[in-house]
Amino acid sequence: MELQPERAALPADQTGTDHVRREERAPREKISLEQIKNLRKRFQQLSGDEDRISRADLENIPALANNPIKKQIIDAFFDKRNQRRGEAGSVHHIDFQQFLMVMSHFRPPTLKTTPEEKEAMRMEKLRFLFNMHDTDSDGTITLAEYRKVVEELLSKSGDMGQEAAKAIADAAMLEVASTNVPHMEPDEFYEGITFEHFVQILKGLEMESRMNVRFLDVDTTTMRCGKMKS
Amino acid sequence: MAVPPGQGAPKTHLAVAALLAVLLLAASASGDAPTDRASDGEHHPPGNKTHKKAFPVLDLKYEHVKTPFEISLWILLALLMKLGFHFIPRVSSIVPESCLLIVVGLLVGGFMKAIGEKAPVLDDTLFFLYLLPPIILDAGYFLPIRPFTENLGTILVFAVVGTLWNAFFMGGVMYGICQIGGAELGGVDLLSCLLFGSIVSAVDPVAVLAVFEEIHINELLHILVFGESLLNDAVTVVLYHLFKEFAQVGSVTVGDAFLGVVCFFVVSLGGILVGAIYGVLGAFTSRFTSHTRVIEPLFVFLYSFMAYLSAEVFHLSGIMSLISCGVMMRPYVEANISHKSYTTIKYFLKMWSNISETLIFIFLGVSTVAGKHHWNWAFVGGTLVMCLVSRVMGVVGLTYIINKFRIVKLTKKDQFIVAYGGLRGAIAYSLGFLLPKQKKNTMFLTAIITVIYFTVFVQGMTIRPLVELLAVKKKKESKRSINEEIHTQFLDNLLTGIEDVCGHYGHHHWKDKLSRFNKTYVKKWLIAGDRSSEPQLISFYNKLEMKQAIMLVESGSSAKLPGLSMQNIQPKVESKGRVLPRISKGREEEIRKILRANLQRTRQRLRSYSRHDLLMDPFEDHLSEIRFRKQRVEMERRMSHYLTVPANQEETPPVRRVRFESDRQDYTSRDRSSRDCGDDHALRQSPVSVDSMNLLDESSLPRPPQRKRQGPRPDPERRFNPREGQDEEEQETLKQLRRLSDPGPN
Repeated sequence: MELQPERAALPADQTGTDHVRREERAPREKISLEQIKNLRKRFQQLSGDEDRISRADLENIPALANNPIKKQIIDAFFDKRNQRRGEAGSVHHIDFQQFLMVMSHFRPPTLKTTPEEKEAMRMEKLRFLFNMHDTDSDGTITLAEYRKVVEELLSKSGDMGQEAAKAIADAAMLEVASTNVPHMEPDEFYEGITFEHFVQILKGLEMESRMNVRFLDVDTTTMRCGKMKS
Repeated sequence: MAVPPGQGAPKTHLAVAALLAVLLLAASASGDAPTDRASDGEHHPPGNKTHKKAFPVLDLKYEHVKTPFEISLWILLALLMKLGFHFIPRVSSIVPESCLLIVVGLLVGGFMKAIGEKAPVLDDTLFFLYLLPPIILDAGYFLPIRPFTENLGTILVFAVVGTLWNAFFMGGVMYGICQIGGAELGGVDLLSCLLFGSIVSAVDPVAVLAVFEEIHINELLHILVFGESLLNDAVTVVLYHLFKEFAQVGSVTVGDAFLGVVCFFVVSLGGILVGAIYGVLGAFTSRFTSHTRVIEPLFVFLYSFMAYLSAEVFHLSGIMSLISCGVMMRPYVEANISHKSYTTIKYFLKMWSNISETLIFIFLGVSTVAGKHHWNWAFVGGTLVMCLVSRVMGVVGLTYIINKFRIVKLTKKDQFIVAYGGLRGAIAYSLGFLLPKQKKNTMFLTAIITVIYFTVFVQGMTIRPLVELLAVKKKKESKRSINEEIHTQFLDNLLTGIEDVCGHYGHHHWKDKLSRFNKTYVKKWLIAGDRSSEPQLISFYNKLEMKQAIMLVESGSSAKLPGLSMQNIQPKVESKGRVLPRISKGREEEIRKILRANLQRTRQRLRSYSRHDLLMDPFEDHLSEIRFRKQRVEMERRMSHYLTVPANQEETPPVRRVRFESDRQDYTSRDRSSRDCGDDHALRQSPVSVDSMNLLDESSLPRPPQRKRQGPRPDPERRFNPREGQDEEEQETLKQLRRLSDPGPN
């Protein structure tokens, strides 16, 4: 039997237990109980057996130290926009449900996913990326924010990276503007990348196939690897 | 070529003599070498043969040039055929080129048989040592790494398990047919059938490339089928040698089977290792070639060919060696070599692989006519049907298992294309040709040829309409944008991070580790200079800028410029004070004069470099030109709004075309935009190649920033160079130096 993680509308302070409730998402996009159990173990490992994790817990992960966008990733976990409740802002602690909610953005499509569902998944993943870039939550990615993104990406590459980052971000922004609003007058001003433009510019990347973490894909009902099955 | 000397000589000579007579008459002064005539007895020189030893004006000396002459003639024929196909419009869109070439080969073979001449046969030395390596090297060097490594597991399963399944299933079923088939087939034993199965079961890279090139399906399917065709070589080599040995002995023990498995690992891993060693050697060598740019491409070719030959010496998989050599070498070599060498490598590889492919298909046709055949309905029919059946069963079965491990599952459509794209080709033919000459082997060869023809003709021709019919996703035509590149990198880091948070050491984690290892250790050894620490995003960006710069200059019309400029995206606060919607004509003229003056000065300075001397390549060594080029490009973008907006009162964009020397006269001195200024001067200069003209053109503005600051229009230069300081510019431009005109395959 597969259970689904909790619905987004439940209040945040409900602590995560193994007892999870049915959720209103498309019934096929489930995270299986096995995966939930594994994630739960990991959550407990990160939080030191408490109910919530804080930023410090995530920052202490040694493998993340080399990641140039470490800060953005950690922020994404604590970003309320990723909880699908239409709220904005950030929190200081998240519980297991919220952790799962963030993780659920990385689930892959299955063979039975219909094209509409795939489209919905893609939007959801793109929205996650967009939220990561749009740090002031105003709904657009401004030039300054985009520059920050590129700078962070190149941050581990030494000084060479910083000078080029600005140029690259400028060129990228120009490209987005040219693609979406091709006929601007010289004195018109392109405010920033909206979500629609963002979707448009990343159309070719097929997010629903790429933005997946393999861990969530393990179909444990058919594999026997010594773990308990329900 | 396997043409026996002397046999067909008389007839050849008659035909050639006529040709040569015409040629030699035209160049009658070249009557040298009168003394050593060809030793062939039937020689009829048009000169005289008297005892007086008169000076022969014309002489015939065919034997001397026979081999290269015939080889060149064949290649020329092949290429002319290729050329000719494109003049038959409807045919070339329905029938893939490989089919047409085979038909040509059949016709030529038929013709040669008709006149009694012995046709050259596709023998194995020619094929395996000369015709196959260029194709494989071309494929391996330009292999798209990302989709290949992402799907490596799937590809390996198809290549190894799939081929094994095909071989054994085919062998078994054919044995069954032979048993039932009657007296003629009864003598074929199990081992021979298994040998046959192993030959005919391998998907052929040449055929796959030839057909899939034309249908442009999406990257995933392309890499699956193509990758499978490359990696199954190891399996084929092992099975072939195994069964060939045992077919003579007549029996197989368990120990032998075990040895076979060990052999498989040795063959494949050994091949990869050999290739990797040569690849690293090649990369290391390229680090030191900065002073001898001209021979850089040769290193790439020779190291790769040596890798192939070395693997063949030990009966390892030559194809895998070649692929791993190309893959290993490429990132480092490309960072080290000049852009011209890069272009050379690209075009030479494409050229050679094209010729090879053409020749292979033609020879396949010729050999079919020339060779001996033994047709057996049951056997051949059975082979054909079983090939299809076993392929479909193999693909479907394996996909079922593979899908459990894949993130992006393979749909039924994908499976169909993978199964249908399993074409057989010349490798199977050559392996069959190598078998000892027995009656059953002739029958095998006939069956192999039939399968090849069927797959190439029927499957090759129908796959394109089927792809349309099934609405299989096609390759996305758009070029990579900077946004996509940024987000690809971003995603890589994001997914690695999420995996780390999950505590799961997955795919991305190891990829990240590998790339960090690469950056810290390997690149320092194999890449010259400060290029070794350049991040990938920056390289990509530089390449993109180059491409855009070239495009701007070559297209010539302002319509191609991006409609928006930097001012559209800069925050309003900055742009308020600087927007000048209109400038007066007088000012514009001033600007143009300044630009022209600067251009002239630069041009005079540049002319002192010799353009014939590759060793002293001005574009490689001279920093400021490239700096200027870069600035010029940016200036063009921004200036276009200012200069062409008012200037466009004539409503005609300046008509530009590829600049040839003849265009000089057409050009008037009427200014339309700053770029035209530059072009004007470029044209009036001495005849240089179009490429170098483009480059010189772009590099034309000395000191525009400083100039502009004093100039009448203060605004553009504040947005000229995002980079401050000379040092970074120089560093930047030094990197850009390496990739000038040619955009490259990606």
